[in-house]
Amino acid sequence: MAKKKKPTLNFATDWSYAPAPESTDHVTIENRYDLFIGGKFVPPSKGNYFNTINPATEKRLSSVAEAEKTDVNRAVKAARTAYDKYWSKLTATERGKYIFRIARVLQERAREFAVIESLDGGKPIRESRDIDVPLAAAHFFYYAGWADKLEYAFPGRTAEPVGVAGQVIPWNFPLLMAAWKIAPALAAGNTVVLKPAETTPLTALKLAELLRDIDLPPGVVNIVTGAGNTGAALVNHPGIDKIAFTGSTAVGKIIQKAVAGTGKKYTLELGGKAANIVFEDAAIDQAVEGIVNGIFFNQGHVCCAGSRLFVQESIHDELIDRLKDRMETLIVGDPLDKNTDIGAINSKMQLKRINAYLKIGTAEGAELYQSACAVPEKGYWCRPTLFLNASQSHRIVQEEIFGPVLAVQTFRTVDEAISKANNTPFGLSAGVWSDKGAKVFKVSNKMRAGVVWANTFNKFDPSSPFGGYKESGVGREGGVHGLLPYVRLT
Amino acid sequence: MKKPVERIPVQKTYKLYIGGAFPRTESGRFYKVEDGRGKLLANMCQASRKDFRNAVVAARKAFSDWAGRSAYNRGQILYRVAEILETRRDQFIAELKSQGLPIAAARDEVDQSIEQLVYYAGWADKYQQIFSTVNPVSSSHFNFSILEPTGVAGILAPATPSLLGIVATMAPVVCGGNSCVVLASETKPLCSITLAEVLETSDFPAGVVNILTGTRSELLEQFATHMDINAIVYCGDDAAELRVVQEGASLNVKRVVHCTDTTPTDPYRILEAQEVKTTWHPIGA
Repeated sequence: MAKKKKPTLNFATDWSYAPAPESTDHVTIENRYDLFIGGKFVPPSKGNYFNTINPATEKRLSSVAEAEKTDVNRAVKAARTAYDKYWSKLTATERGKYIFRIARVLQERAREFAVIESLDGGKPIRESRDIDVPLAAAHFFYYAGWADKLEYAFPGRTAEPVGVAGQVIPWNFPLLMAAWKIAPALAAGNTVVLKPAETTPLTALKLAELLRDIDLPPGVVNIVTGAGNTGAALVNHPGIDKIAFTGSTAVGKIIQKAVAGTGKKYTLELGGKAANIVFEDAAIDQAVEGIVNGIFFNQGHVCCAGSRLFVQESIHDELIDRLKDRMETLIVGDPLDKNTDIGAINSKMQLKRINAYLKIGTAEGAELYQSACAVPEKGYWCRPTLFLNASQSHRIVQEEIFGPVLAVQTFRTVDEAISKANNTPFGLSAGVWSDKGAKVFKVSNKMRAGVVWANTFNKFDPSSPFGGYKESGVGREGGVHGLLPYVRLT
Repeated sequence: MKKPVERIPVQKTYKLYIGGAFPRTESGRFYKVEDGRGKLLANMCQASRKDFRNAVVAARKAFSDWAGRSAYNRGQILYRVAEILETRRDQFIAELKSQGLPIAAARDEVDQSIEQLVYYAGWADKYQQIFSTVNPVSSSHFNFSILEPTGVAGILAPATPSLLGIVATMAPVVCGGNSCVVLASETKPLCSITLAEVLETSDFPAGVVNILTGTRSELLEQFATHMDINAIVYCGDDAAELRVVQEGASLNVKRVVHCTDTTPTDPYRILEAQEVKTTWHPIGA
């Protein structure tokens, strides 16, 4: 195939946008947030608070209570009381109506939640507005309807709630992950103690306000903030019947080990290193869009991010040229600006980690390419990044970076692509690009991964089960399969 | 002086079952299995860690072919196992009896084993239809979730029932397209290797089921920590053992199944070693 002449585009003059920041006027963030236990905001036992900052400005947004063991105790006790005295006695239909309420009020307050999500986590407002918040509401709406239909979910069996669920969620989709965890738990008749991530606690606390406002019975959902110690106290609490964790594979393994011998049920949604495979017969411009969406969506802070690109050798040069051009058009900056494509890296710690991988990749011999866009002076930023000529043994290919960093490799045959794609301990997601139906079905069938996007990437829906093979986790969230972790079948 | 007998019976050497072959343990070790009156029944192979690792290699090698077989084919092969077990019913009853089981109980156990094989044979081309979904996503995509086998399973079979315990755990695992390595009952191991002969003559591809005899205490941790085992089925009620299994499983996020009763048949047993895969296809021209 003859190499096409590279078009020259002048991005500096022709592609500028006037700032279009989303207003923050309609948003209230309290100066300080307490723990949400038994339907009330209560101060932490030791009186410690930590700051949560805006990663785009490094400015403090609020202070948040640090829950100690005794606070976790209180929360678990509240959840148990609510389960025994109220929630397990409520008819399933009424239970469902509470969850419907959550969905509706979340829709009413969607803009407020979206702005706070972008302020606290650094993600572009376009994403929090169009994806995180509407999907969170949709999740509650979907599972609300399951509450009184559980006998149809598990043919031949009766589904009983597990009891009190302890849930630990990450900072990449703070509200959405809370919804993924809380909605099926409540629908199946459990009560909840949820710990949001320490860098992004605000939307979960806003959700607590919402739950209080809609008169959800006290203790049905409790929200305790804090860092790793709070999470460990929750996971190790003997009063918890079921653990649901989303986060890194390293921590997931620690949790799996910690619950050994306790009889606790658990689901783990862990790391990934998804292969995004582009065949020579793919629609190239669509594939480029898919690659960009796969790795730069949410700054690459996505467990299912398409972080390993496999390009068929015959189209490598052309595809990379087009990808570089597309990367030049991506705007990195103010998360609240509606034009922004890539927001702020979630925390200083995460930026350090990403930067360390940029050094590792270069030292290993891969070729670094970053777009030329300007980034703000304050805040945590990373330009969209490619590593060309990466190979299977490179750490940037084997390890999850959790940033806007794409490792590019080539292949010649379908079998080579399949075997390279599966050569990883992870198995969360994969992407396949080809206009040949039979090939798409064959390759997606061979992917050892829980979610396969064929000619698309990073799509989510409450009715669509999500979760990993191998070291990417145990159990599914979403869909009818997402109910199974929250029930005991008799 | 004893009178000379007319015919000396030819005794069977019980060996391991790995990759469709019957090797002796590479370690050369054995342990004695006696009947209730102290008479030697067999010198069983005491499988080593190395035997176990070889068995996992065989199971991994067999996995993708077996997972790729049609559901109908897997069902027929499981049914074939039932057929051959039926023809050798008396032998299994006698073997269970020699290991101390009353004749009625032995008969019952063999019959139940045959029934379970027929039961799961029938499920092979149906569980997918029961547990798969087409998901009504809001965007313009055709989205469906199907089941795929988890991979290689390790099965720690119960002490008793020694035959049914293997059948009831192995059948749902291989029905769902997994391959497996089974550690048989330590104290009553005879039927496990005789069952291997049945499997070997039932069109099972080599390595789909591998059976070891030996000491559970020696191999338990190996099963739990092996990095190429994806799921582990633990039969028993020893809390300390279960803990070892669950802790070891965390090394590579194995799926852990705790099986306390091998009597009931249940399609949800198949589900325990399955992964849900969701695929998105855009709808458009």
